[in-house]
Amino acid sequence: MIVFWILAAIMLASAMWCITAVRPVYSLVALLLHFFALAAMYLTLNAEFLAVIQLIVYSGAILILFLFVIALLSSGVSPFSVGPDRLPRIAYPAVAAIVVALGFLTYALGGVVRPVNPTPTSTLGPVGTADVFGSVGDFGKALFTSYLLPFEITALVLMVAVIGVILLAGDQAPYVPSRKQAMKAQREMREAIVRGGD
Amino acid sequence: MDVMAVPVGYYVSLSAVIFFIGVAGVLVRRNPLVMLMSIELMFNAANLLFLAFARAWVHNAGHIFAFLVITVAAAEAAIGLAIVVTVFRSNKHVDVDDVATMKG
Repeated sequence: MIVFWILAAIMLASAMWCITAVRPVYSLVALLLHFFALAAMYLTLNAEFLAVIQLIVYSGAILILFLFVIALLSSGVSPFSVGPDRLPRIAYPAVAAIVVALGFLTYALGGVVRPVNPTPTSTLGPVGTADVFGSVGDFGKALFTSYLLPFEITALVLMVAVIGVILLAGDQAPYVPSRKQAMKAQREMREAIVRGGD
Repeated sequence: MDVMAVPVGYYVSLSAVIFFIGVAGVLVRRNPLVMLMSIELMFNAANLLFLAFARAWVHNAGHIFAFLVITVAAAEAAIGLAIVVTVFRSNKHVDVDDVATMKG
């Protein structure tokens, strides 16, 4: 119980830090802290495989991708010369929505209802032993037998993402903001050639 | 099925609060990178809920679905960052309020 409260405090604080930090790098560090606490919380939920996956995929892959983009975009003059955040006109409705939603939630969960009660698929055991609930063997058996179709759909999603990213940001990406701007750029280039400029 | 050390309702409340922090981040911030990070926060709140209920029912369908969500989040982050890079290439600065070329 005390572990839950400590981890929850870390997660809430780092989430708030993430969305309020001025520079994106600080947000990234806060998000990293959040993911570490979340992985620890997955461990307390007997999900050891997903805790490791969380660390590898999120902290290792996705956050590094964010870091690369931040480093890439911040190399020149400050690219994020954005105006003030939209805090003033959105803050009050957002806070009201949160309060209403959480009030509804605590009301609905006054007594935790269990409408369905599926039969357990595996046995509980201490984290780290083989073939207990949430271990790699348990997860893999479920993934490759009962849930093979979602696994294949995962492969499809990843392939679509890879193709989309290559099309969007690849070396030869034919990105044109609009037809008019493309014509304008073409015309300027032609005039420059006619002028004989370099 | 045994009794969890922490009731499921606590996890639900924590997940809801983190989800709404993510929503607030998307609504309030104008930096597209921070908005994408807030979306990641929301994904993770959903994942925490999946794992909490999987643990409550000792049923690993929640684990499978959390795995699926992680995959989708990875794909979303890659595509979102590619869009940010593309917009930065053409506009030289990134402000989500100025990006109206996708309106069609």
